[in-house]
Amino acid sequence: MDVVNQMQRQFVDYSTSLHREGILDDQFTQLQKLQDENSPDFVVEVASLFFEDCEKLINNMARALEQQGVDFKQVDASVHQLKGSSSSIGAVQVKNVCIAFRSFCEAQNREGCLRCLQQVTHEYSLLKNKLQTLFRLEQQILAAGGSIPVIE
Amino acid sequence: MARIGGVTWRRTGKIDGEVHVLAVDDSLVDRKVIERLLRISSCKVTAVDSGIRALQFLGLDEEKSSNGFNDLKVDLIITDYCMPGMTGYELLKKVKESSAFREIPVVIMSSENVLARIDRCLEEGAEDFIVKPVKLSDVKRIKDYMTRDFRVGEGEEKERTRKGINKRKQRDSFDDLSSSPPSILSSPISSSSSSSPSPQSPSPSPPSIISASAPSSPPLDSPTRRLKTTSSE
Repeated sequence: MDVVNQMQRQFVDYSTSLHREGILDDQFTQLQKLQDENSPDFVVEVASLFFEDCEKLINNMARALEQQGVDFKQVDASVHQLKGSSSSIGAVQVKNVCIAFRSFCEAQNREGCLRCLQQVTHEYSLLKNKLQTLFRLEQQILAAGGSIPVIE
Repeated sequence: MARIGGVTWRRTGKIDGEVHVLAVDDSLVDRKVIERLLRISSCKVTAVDSGIRALQFLGLDEEKSSNGFNDLKVDLIITDYCMPGMTGYELLKKVKESSAFREIPVVIMSSENVLARIDRCLEEGAEDFIVKPVKLSDVKRIKDYMTRDFRVGEGEEKERTRKGINKRKQRDSFDDLSSSPPSILSSPISSSSSSSPSPQSPSPSPPSIISASAPSSPPLDSPTRRLKTTSSE
């Protein structure tokens, strides 16, 4: 079972690093705890919904910011939604960009908004890659007959 | 079952069986999470994406109330505050105005911790107000006092215990101090669109770390503490 132990350690290390780097917060751990044999793919499912949401909302924001007369309320509405879902999944860096983003919407600052849009796109891509790696590690452990360690 | 934070998880003698919760949230991600939180807490869940659909489910959308009683046996409504179309607050009002459904406890969830908003909801008859993101401890807490209302054979009046908000915020401050701190951007934090001042930090979780100005928990005489809290936790 050495291989499984190694994979489990890798998983724990990787998961811990995501928290340490401030990419994920405790809410993500909360979601992991909700996963069990009755709902074995819960976290992956939530993450997928989140990624879909992100893409849709980022597109909305980009389109709105491209307009001649930017409707900042519309942009803000999308940012608010993104802030909400990122908070629910524990995507703290995405959430933090959204907080700053909303200030720029309130100030009707197009440049600031565009910078935040770029930042949020970057953070989302980063998170997506990292989570996909994490899920891959999980799959490997399960395929090798091991169980996913619980991270506190 | 387990003791969570001092609260004993009680199975009361609810004759009808499982507790049935109607969850209302326009966010797909949040609906998925709240559904799971409720199911794992042994609740039956119906999740809808708007206040209108919630009213339709209850049978309240018609001009006249359909048959005047809660035959879908919804035991709790938990709703997001900010939703397009009908807000959670408007849904709360509609439920409390209805003779058939006004006894159903309504819990409001919001990502924004705005005192005026919380007050307004509680005044309108909301049981509790949960600041998002919703955690398992929040669901356990509301289920606990909800099933207590249906206690069988004790001959007591229904208890309307208003607890939780300040307790949760207090608990949050202590809990989150031990978790890893999030990365913080250098730009100013300004999340609330409402103009009311609030002693609490604007960001829901973790308040004590992100906030630049607010204290980590409300002072003893702050408005949020005026709500009656039970000591039995």
